[in-house]
Amino acid sequence: MTAATKKTGARGHASEEVRFAALLLAPCLLVALLFAFYPILYSLYLSLGGTILSLPGSERIFMGAENFIELFHDTVARAALAHTLIFVIVSTALEVMLGLGIALVINRSFRGRGVLRAAVLVPWAIPTVVASQMWRFIFNDNYGLLNYVVFGADPSSFQAWLADPAMSFVAIIIADVWKTSSFAALIMLAGLQMIPDELYESALIDGAGAWQRFKSITLPLVRSSLLIALLFRTLDAFRVFDLVFVMTQGGPADATNVLQFYGYRKIFAEGFLGYGSAISVLVFFVSCAVCVFYIRALGMKMFGADE
Amino acid sequence: MSRWKRTAILALAVAAVAAFSLLPFLWFLVTSFKTPLEVTAIPPLIIPSGSFGFYRSAFGRYDLLLYVRNSVVVAGCTTLVTMSVSVFAAYALARLRIRRRGLILGGLLIISMFPQISIAGPIWSILQKIGWLNTVQGLVMPYVTLNLPLAVWVLTNFFGELPKEIEEAARIDGCSHAQILFRIVLPLAAPGVFTAAILIFIYAWNEFFFALLIMTRHRLQTLPVGIALFQGQYTMPWGEIAAASIVATLPLVLVVFLFQKRIVRGLSAGALKG
Repeated sequence: MTAATKKTGARGHASEEVRFAALLLAPCLLVALLFAFYPILYSLYLSLGGTILSLPGSERIFMGAENFIELFHDTVARAALAHTLIFVIVSTALEVMLGLGIALVINRSFRGRGVLRAAVLVPWAIPTVVASQMWRFIFNDNYGLLNYVVFGADPSSFQAWLADPAMSFVAIIIADVWKTSSFAALIMLAGLQMIPDELYESALIDGAGAWQRFKSITLPLVRSSLLIALLFRTLDAFRVFDLVFVMTQGGPADATNVLQFYGYRKIFAEGFLGYGSAISVLVFFVSCAVCVFYIRALGMKMFGADE
Repeated sequence: MSRWKRTAILALAVAAVAAFSLLPFLWFLVTSFKTPLEVTAIPPLIIPSGSFGFYRSAFGRYDLLLYVRNSVVVAGCTTLVTMSVSVFAAYALARLRIRRRGLILGGLLIISMFPQISIAGPIWSILQKIGWLNTVQGLVMPYVTLNLPLAVWVLTNFFGELPKEIEEAARIDGCSHAQILFRIVLPLAAPGVFTAAILIFIYAWNEFFFALLIMTRHRLQTLPVGIALFQGQYTMPWGEIAAASIVATLPLVLVVFLFQKRIVRGLSAGALKG
């Protein structure tokens, strides 16, 4: 074989590979473009208009920034933004702390560890709607378990927890913490498993106490998986919807109204596609900002790792 | 600290974690086997009389079987379509020479960060225009899209970990890329494929937001929508809700106890390498 034919052979091989790769990737990219990236841009476009569902012709109205100006002055929207932020901060902080505690326990070796890990997976695996109904039943004003635990068998002192603005908000946080702490725990478990045992052994020999070992070995080495858990939980907490829909419907008096629920109500219950899209653009950019913040904190490991 | 004391503390911690994870769910399980009178009893009954009445009523009066069937169809189709789309993409990303590989993986990752509401309106109008509202494919396509990042990332990692030598040997023997993918890589990566499939099935089985928007017709609704909208005539049918919840959850609990190791590994692989 001459050098020339060898070269064309190799090139033919390479182009076959490129064509095959493009063929394999095409369906995936097509779906992503059609159902994710196009809708995001379309949302941006809709947010500048005055489309009202079931009002023909309204999609031709151009409003510019008007939706956003209205959004800025909308007290319900501002409250929803505040609720969302408080919910995100409080629930993710609790979830990561509790998750780390759970991860430390299920990382120890003992008989029945597999069963315990499966038990920890249960809250993560069940539908959020089911978890919401479960907690709504526990918080029930007439025969909920919580009322009995707090007040005993005297129904006259029972509280209507979910009818109280502050308590209903707490109730949703409790339900979310129960449902998702185990996910945070699993992410951090993977981080814990990467810490070599020798580190703990030599610390023991040096006479380090349990708290000291936790502070100077576990915490620094689990840091990046903790941040990843926090990132995933934060992004997810921004989209809280199921809990609110089932447990409170945003009430009482909008006390648990969060952005995703407000956007849903504006678009699908009231039909304001333009205004609702402005809300969804706001949600999108707020979660983008959070994402950038965490990726910075992680030191841009996310995209470089696999390259 | 004495050995005995340390064991006691660990036992206590294990008990606390188990109680936290299971007790609220067990309470619903107990409730589902009560009679209507027992549900409202104060003090609450810990041990139910073991009645199946709520299950009978949930299936008989509340169309539970319909929801189960719809959920099986939607979650099954979602898993099938997502897996076939992402197996090909992941093989290309893990093994073939591709320009802008990082861009593609990063772009897919970004999808998983989208808040659903920010694409819900447009997806709804697209589906309306092509007449896909209230159809299985209309719900499955958004699910496939939202699951692509997880599936592609997990599979790309699994494919990447397979030894390259076997594929190279097959290549020298004259196998095409397609043959290598189907005859060698897929069988070897079966555990990874299975793990990703479990995660996707659980997602699709549990999803509520898009199911609520897209399936507005009662006959097409999935379990989460059905359970969220359960209404009695005068009071909340808590017993039936509990029974339906147990039916919706039992398959997942079984999967979790059978495949605990895989799920833990799949979740952390998707997250930590991503």
